[in-house]
Amino acid sequence: YIHIINKADMAASKGLKILVGCKRVIDYAVKVRVKPDRSGVVTEGVKHSMNPFDEIAVEEAVRMKEKKLAGEAVAISVGPPQSQETLRTALAMGIDRAIHVEIPLAQLEKLQPIHVSKLLAKVCESEKPDLVILGKQAIDDDCNQTGQMLAALLDWPQATFASKIEPSQDSKQLRVTREVDGGLETIDVSVPAVVTSDLRLNEPRYATLPNIMKAKKKPLAKMSPDQLGVDLQPRQEVISVEDPPVRKAGAKVESVEDLVGKLREKGLVK
Amino acid sequence: ASLSFTVGRSFLCRPVVPYSSVSNAMRRSLSSASPMSGSDASAEPNTDKLFTAEHEAMRSTLRRIIEQDINPYVDEWEAKEIFPAKQLFKKLGNAGLLGVTRPVEYGGLGLDYSYSVALAEEYGRVNCGGVPMAIGVQSDMATPALARFGSHELKEQFLRPSIAGDLVACLGVSEPTAGSDVASIKTTARRDGDDLVINGSKMWITSGMQADWMCLLANTEASVKDPYLSKSLICLPLDLPGVQRARKIRKIGMHSSDTAQLFFENVRVPASYLIGEPGQGFIYQMLQFQEERLFGAAANLLGLELIIQETAEYARQRKAFGQSLLDFQTVHFRLAELLTEVELLRSMVYRATAKYVAGNDVTMLASMAKLKAGRLVREVTDSCLQYWGGMGFTDEVRVSRFYRDGRLLSIGAGADEVMLSIICKYMRTLPKPPKK
Repeated sequence: YIHIINKADMAASKGLKILVGCKRVIDYAVKVRVKPDRSGVVTEGVKHSMNPFDEIAVEEAVRMKEKKLAGEAVAISVGPPQSQETLRTALAMGIDRAIHVEIPLAQLEKLQPIHVSKLLAKVCESEKPDLVILGKQAIDDDCNQTGQMLAALLDWPQATFASKIEPSQDSKQLRVTREVDGGLETIDVSVPAVVTSDLRLNEPRYATLPNIMKAKKKPLAKMSPDQLGVDLQPRQEVISVEDPPVRKAGAKVESVEDLVGKLREKGLVK
Repeated sequence: ASLSFTVGRSFLCRPVVPYSSVSNAMRRSLSSASPMSGSDASAEPNTDKLFTAEHEAMRSTLRRIIEQDINPYVDEWEAKEIFPAKQLFKKLGNAGLLGVTRPVEYGGLGLDYSYSVALAEEYGRVNCGGVPMAIGVQSDMATPALARFGSHELKEQFLRPSIAGDLVACLGVSEPTAGSDVASIKTTARRDGDDLVINGSKMWITSGMQADWMCLLANTEASVKDPYLSKSLICLPLDLPGVQRARKIRKIGMHSSDTAQLFFENVRVPASYLIGEPGQGFIYQMLQFQEERLFGAAANLLGLELIIQETAEYARQRKAFGQSLLDFQTVHFRLAELLTEVELLRSMVYRATAKYVAGNDVTMLASMAKLKAGRLVREVTDSCLQYWGGMGFTDEVRVSRFYRDGRLLSIGAGADEVMLSIICKYMRTLPKPPKK
């Protein structure tokens, strides 16, 4: 008589359950080009990878598992079919299972953080994570909204721009150090909570080859926005996308007096 | 305010951190993808059936290691004429990169050769030839016979730690008087009780100064007349008395790879260190030549592509006689010709790999690929260097190093002439040896 233990249940009974968001974006090293019709940027045939801040989020979740603060880590991605590759990367880094909310290509370009946060909120209703970690912003749109909106929709506390996550003194909450304009702010948040990762939270591992092969066997579930009952109607219309203006040449000056003189000439100082 | 900061991640450093040399700055922007060449296998969605998402994921991991742990140090290693193999191989071993096709029982991944080729291609991203060459010896050239024919004890002692990156391996075949003519090597390993006693010397041994052990080819069967059946492969620890690492050979290229000449004077190893069957050493060595040759060809593809792109970017910026150098038709047409040849070579490598993975003998195709690769590297680097002009002749740009490093491919791992002989054998045009 073989007693089969559900690994997921066992893990979940001790430690937090973490949901990590990852977005597939154009790779950071690619020289992005604007489409000739100025409706957007060229994505066809261009290298894509996981948003770097999301890699940091995934790494944090895996580290929390290794420290036994977390029991189960689930990755979720909202995007086109190729987002599966992004999820496989997360699985190869140590995430237990993945969820792919597939967005049809027609609606992909018009997808906004408000839609993504609604989809994530719906998934949180069924998955019931203790902690959601998202990258602070995606490097393609730089919105920096999804984490905040998600927390508001769920009415959960939020701790954005995290550079450190640890248990609070009484171990009942999470103590998060945030990077803000004035320096570092440390707050305690009760779980469940939404945290967004900033650059200095950690240095993500690269997936080892054995883990890449193991990731193939980890579960990856698919969902659609319809199943989740979320309307993807766009609320914004992109009018045009243009290259940033070419930086004009500067001028060198010999002394502070010259500098002040030039600033006066340009009417920048009185 | 966002704090601009580098933790080994360059994405917050857009625009590019200033480098001392022009070519370094361009290399950064070209490092991962270029819309210019739709052929960069890492840029476009994978349409080749040969490579799956897992191949791409492994290449990504290797790319990270190259960008973090190898390329920042290449200039230093080239100047020092050695690289820290122990440290680097441990990092590669931890990532699982050194035993991709080796048995799972000894720490390998047990995958097929297409994975080796995918990774070999990615090694073209390293800014020199020496380090990938040494890695290739460790992962693909020193251990195939051991993995296939060695005893369990031998594999535990030598294969497992080599895959883990704990021991540095080298391959000891060539001698001062025998390079292409492997059958005429003179090193002997004579049976004395339970030991083998080794006498002789080896030459041009990659990683020979640093290696912990050598996969040695030596004459063991004194009574066998046939030179192809008188040799054996032996695992030789290099810290034994009688092993002399005589000198590090100074070369015109591949500087970061230490190349050694070694002497063996009555070196004793247990007879059990012989791999597989005595007398089969030459055959064992020949069996893995297909892989070695495909590796050599695959490892240069990306480097060639990148140097062509880099040369185009340089020529675009460089002004001569009132226009950009790139606008001269001879320049942009020539670069197009060269890229065409690179793509042809790539197709041949992929085709040979696919056939090999399917269980076929690809000796002829692999030899053709190696032959073409050696010649193409010389042609591409020579033509590109010309367009860099005076700068191409300096140490400050990458093309000059590639020109020097690339020259070895037509010589090592099977000289062009040997490749041609093999192809002629398949064509049945090779003359019969003169009757004695």
